[in-house]
Amino acid sequence: MATHSNVLAWRIPWAEEPERLQSMGSQRVRHEISFVEMSSRKSKSSNLIQADYVSQVQRILRERFCHQSPHGNLFGVQVQYKHLIELLKRTAIHGESNSVLIIGPRGSGKTMLINHALKELMEVEGVSENILQVHLNGLLQINDKIALKEITRQLNLENVVGDKVFGSFAENLSFLLEALKKGDRTSSCPVIFILDEFDLFAHHKNQTLLYNLLDISQSAQTPVVIIGLTCRLDILELLEKRVKSRFSHRQIHLMNSFSFPQYLKIFKEQLSLPSIFPEKIFAEKWNENVQSLSEDRSVKEVLQKHFNVSKNLRSLHMLLMLALNRVTPSHPFITAADLMEANQLCSMDSKGNIVHGLSVLEICLIIAMKHLNDIYEEEPFNFQMVYNEFQKFVQRKAHSVYNFEKPVVMKFVGTYCPLLSLPSNYILKRNYSLNST
Amino acid sequence: MAYCSARLRTRQTCSWVGRPLLDQKLHYQTYKEISVKREGYSTEIHIQVGQFVLIEGDDDENPYIAKVVELFEDASELYSKKRARVQWFIRFCEVPICKQHLLDRKPDTQEIFWYDNPTCDNNISVETIIGCVRVVALAPDEVMPIDLKNEKTFFVKLSWNKKKFKPLPPEVLAQLDKLQEDNHRYQKSMEAKTKSAESPSWTTTEHAVKRIESRHSTSKSRHTASHPVTPRARKRLELSNLGFPRTPNTRISQATSCASLDSPGRMKRKVAFSEIMSPSKRSLPDGSQTSSPALKTPEKTRDIQHSCTKDARKTSPDHGMILRTRVPALKATETSEERILTPTSRGRKSSVVPSVILKPEYIKRREGKEPEVRDEAPSTSRIRRKSSILTLNRIRQQLRFLGNSKSDQDDEEFLPAAEISDSDSEEEEASTTPLPRRTPNSMSRNLRSSMKSSLQTPSKTPKKTPQPRTPRDATPQIRSRNLPAQEPTNMLEEARLRLHVSAVPESLPCREQEFQDIYNFVESKLLDHTGGCMYISGVPGTGKTATVHEVICCLQQAAQANEVPPFQYIEVNGMKLTEPHQVYVQILQKLTGKRATANHAAELLAKRFRTQASSQETTVVLVDELDLLWTQKQDVMYNLFDWPTHKGARLVVLTIANTMDLPERIMMNRVSSRLGLTRMCFQPYTHSQLQQILLSRLRHVKAFEDDAVQLAARKVAALSGDARRCLDICRRATEICEFSCQKPGCPGLVTTAHLLEAIDEMFSSSYITAIKNSSILEQSFLRAILAEFRRSGLEEATFQQVYIQHVALCRMEGLPYPTMSETMAVCSRLGACRLLLVEPSRNDVLLRVRLNISQDDVLYALKEE
Repeated sequence: MATHSNVLAWRIPWAEEPERLQSMGSQRVRHEISFVEMSSRKSKSSNLIQADYVSQVQRILRERFCHQSPHGNLFGVQVQYKHLIELLKRTAIHGESNSVLIIGPRGSGKTMLINHALKELMEVEGVSENILQVHLNGLLQINDKIALKEITRQLNLENVVGDKVFGSFAENLSFLLEALKKGDRTSSCPVIFILDEFDLFAHHKNQTLLYNLLDISQSAQTPVVIIGLTCRLDILELLEKRVKSRFSHRQIHLMNSFSFPQYLKIFKEQLSLPSIFPEKIFAEKWNENVQSLSEDRSVKEVLQKHFNVSKNLRSLHMLLMLALNRVTPSHPFITAADLMEANQLCSMDSKGNIVHGLSVLEICLIIAMKHLNDIYEEEPFNFQMVYNEFQKFVQRKAHSVYNFEKPVVMKFVGTYCPLLSLPSNYILKRNYSLNST
Repeated sequence: MAYCSARLRTRQTCSWVGRPLLDQKLHYQTYKEISVKREGYSTEIHIQVGQFVLIEGDDDENPYIAKVVELFEDASELYSKKRARVQWFIRFCEVPICKQHLLDRKPDTQEIFWYDNPTCDNNISVETIIGCVRVVALAPDEVMPIDLKNEKTFFVKLSWNKKKFKPLPPEVLAQLDKLQEDNHRYQKSMEAKTKSAESPSWTTTEHAVKRIESRHSTSKSRHTASHPVTPRARKRLELSNLGFPRTPNTRISQATSCASLDSPGRMKRKVAFSEIMSPSKRSLPDGSQTSSPALKTPEKTRDIQHSCTKDARKTSPDHGMILRTRVPALKATETSEERILTPTSRGRKSSVVPSVILKPEYIKRREGKEPEVRDEAPSTSRIRRKSSILTLNRIRQQLRFLGNSKSDQDDEEFLPAAEISDSDSEEEEASTTPLPRRTPNSMSRNLRSSMKSSLQTPSKTPKKTPQPRTPRDATPQIRSRNLPAQEPTNMLEEARLRLHVSAVPESLPCREQEFQDIYNFVESKLLDHTGGCMYISGVPGTGKTATVHEVICCLQQAAQANEVPPFQYIEVNGMKLTEPHQVYVQILQKLTGKRATANHAAELLAKRFRTQASSQETTVVLVDELDLLWTQKQDVMYNLFDWPTHKGARLVVLTIANTMDLPERIMMNRVSSRLGLTRMCFQPYTHSQLQQILLSRLRHVKAFEDDAVQLAARKVAALSGDARRCLDICRRATEICEFSCQKPGCPGLVTTAHLLEAIDEMFSSSYITAIKNSSILEQSFLRAILAEFRRSGLEEATFQQVYIQHVALCRMEGLPYPTMSETMAVCSRLGACRLLLVEPSRNDVLLRVRLNISQDDVLYALKEE
């Protein structure tokens, strides 16, 4: 388009020419236009195709990084996976009640593991229509009352009307317990309870919900399997003794127990395009690029650094996501520089950056605070003290710093009030002022 | 029944009627009759031997029913010397729920059962008698008379002996029939007396004649007290009356609205009648006569029924009018002669009729007689008649407008409430025509009626509209599976199934002593018909609940075999309640099937257990997780332990909790004193006991090596003695065995190695593996913490201090400089896993950090590399 308009602009003087010239010129122009159009269509189409591929790649990879899709691969948790899937199958097929906790730090793939297992379970013949799932999250179901209603709703018991559950808390509880009590091993549908953020359920009053669920899992009622997901290693200490006694003490630990070479492999796998990608040539190129990236020394350095800070895959995903965002049609492949940039973004020091952007007055104020802090040994101080300190500083260096009125200073302090209100933040500022000046 | 309960609250004075007959043997003075007088009521009830009476029970709605066998004075009783010996009848709702299914048909609402239980205490105080009631004995194959739905009439068909329903023994039936006859005679005479006693109250109300309200209320009191309205009309009235006590004027107005269906010609005829005819005398026999075919002819044909309805409809306005006209009659102070006569004849008719089974021709004869009777009936002042005709015409027009001029009973039910009240007010207007002041009255009346209509409508609507919203009768049920669950295929699966905690063994090994103790306790209470409490404690997983369940199971079997008296068993669990007071609701629901709020349930239960409820069997209540029932006032525990101490409560309470010294620790003295000293403590299982439990479960399955079983038992016994743990470990070991087995299909035995692995998996702390698997920065942060602790000598440090150490450590180890943000993220990650205990991160660099595990553990974990 740009060339085209240029041509037009160029043509304008000719407009005033006599007719002959005009016709000559118009002929020439027409010729030129057609030429330009041809070439632009060619480049445009190739550009377009490229852009299309890139957007497709971005879509696929972003989905992989952001969603815990059960289609991806699991890394280093094969044993745990096997344990879990066997457990689920025994409940689904044999009607055996169980309870299990999946414990691992944040980002270690607990939810992914359970999603994978459920997906595989559903693929087993005759299981998907014979099983009920209840998903609860400790952050959503903040008390037993809400949790009970949610369970009833998800089980779609008979006191559910439309999407609502009626009745009081006590009624709901007795109704649900009665419902679960009626079932037996062989004839009723097994229920899979998945309690995300299990530790938050342990904070509910009397742990009524946990007691009842675990009690069902330990008695001859409707077969249930209770799967708790938590990142707290001390979860068993949170349970009351009678609740704890009813829990089967099965724990599946996810510990990110992989070494750096494995991490590198994960990196490669996470970036590679699947074989079903429509454009084979582009996918091949992309995968080649990823392969070469994983052998690149600087990339390895970046990854090592990242690995040292945190081993979980979520942070790796974050890094790759930032790198992926730099990919454009004109820059279709990830380079080592992209990764380095992304790493820098990841490990950026947020508070340092704030100090970098402060005005002269603010810097002066912070230095004043630092002085105070040194003098009074971490004692808290008030605005008047800071202002006095600032005044002293101005008097010493009157030529370089403009003396601001007190209300102005007050206002500046006020803008940073959220940061400055706590004594700890004064100290924090001190550290940064040391670093940056 | 509001009437009954209102009576309940008033005090009664009883006095003997007639001369005492001295019982030679018992040294009692027996009587034939007693009169019960209530404060605030001028009525007196005469109760004679052989009559059926209602007796105050734990439920106001359903008082007990019994037959008076003997009336006597007992000086040995402290409070009430006047006693009565009764033969109990039992309502269906009093039959224990678990036994209710034994009656395979649906019981009639008015059906009661002859209570055939000689052990039941039949000596009651006369003061508990509420009033008389009619009981009709029916042969087993006789149909329940449908139309006799009087609240005060009951039918007895079967007897109940706590085990099963049986037809009434012939001699009992004969006796009952005879009694019935007697009864009627009594009732007649008695009602006559009642009426005469009532008459003074009539004269008092007389002064308020001008006030329509009072006039109607008197008419009501008469209306409801003794006089059975034509059943049809009555039924209709009740339908619109459900759940809302309506004032009589609406009843009358409804009756009038029925009358409006009649032809004007008839009305005219009525008008033509003179006033001389005594209205009450003539019309009432008519009413009861017409009612009679409807009362006792279930096999009647459609047209007869129709005519009956019609008759009822025709007569009902007369009732209304009579009630109105009676006031002037009273005013004229005509002596009681006639008035006594009237109710008497009425009473005779209504009480005799049901026992007579009418033949069709008889009915026809009646019908033939009908018109003349009817013609005689109406007799009121002419003026009022005219105005009422006007009103009725108007109403009829309205009805025609609705398109149901020939309306049936159903249509009348659907009469819009507003219209009823409208006709009501107009009717009243008409009735007040003789009075000169018309306008102010009608004004106020209109107001009243509009108020009434607004009150009526809500009471009506919920009855009519089905309620789709709140599913009251929803059955709690989980969907059943299409595919049956697979049965175990190999030895290990079989073993796993048997090892599951839920698998109930045939007997509980190693708890024989405890079993025997509890069994003896409950059995003795059952046999003695007394109550008591027992407190059972023990750490979790020692078989407390299982043992009690087994005891109850055995006792139930014994009760089946008639070795112990039958009893009712109720189980509540403190953990399965949302709130301690809900325990009342649960107990009441399991006991009687009724739902109530916590407070009401507590009252009902207290009434049940505190009063001498004689016709009850013993109740055994198991309260699991007792400590959860603790409240500030401890009223729940107090009540639970207090009820069994009452005489005749027949309540056995077994309580289970984890802590041995719960009574001393959390209970007030008065509560723990009532709990008593019957305590039992379940000790944790020893290793040999655990081994025995395992072996008993694995008796026929060869899946474990002997050493493995012993290892599991010893390990668990050393840790907690929790049988659940032991079973879980073994179950996990079978899984590991199966998993590690090379050849699928024929797994070997579970060895000690498998078991050790399972134990390791369940009991090993995961902190060390977590540290080993954490990232390098996390590990160095932990080191920095250790260094800082060592430096300061404290077990706590601020983040800032640790950060300085951390920076120094990183420099030493050649790691890149850790920024503050990174370090903070590391710190919060470790905090989330609870390797560290940290304050909320809003405190920023000043947040305090602590280790959640010992320093040695951290060192050990970090040294490994």
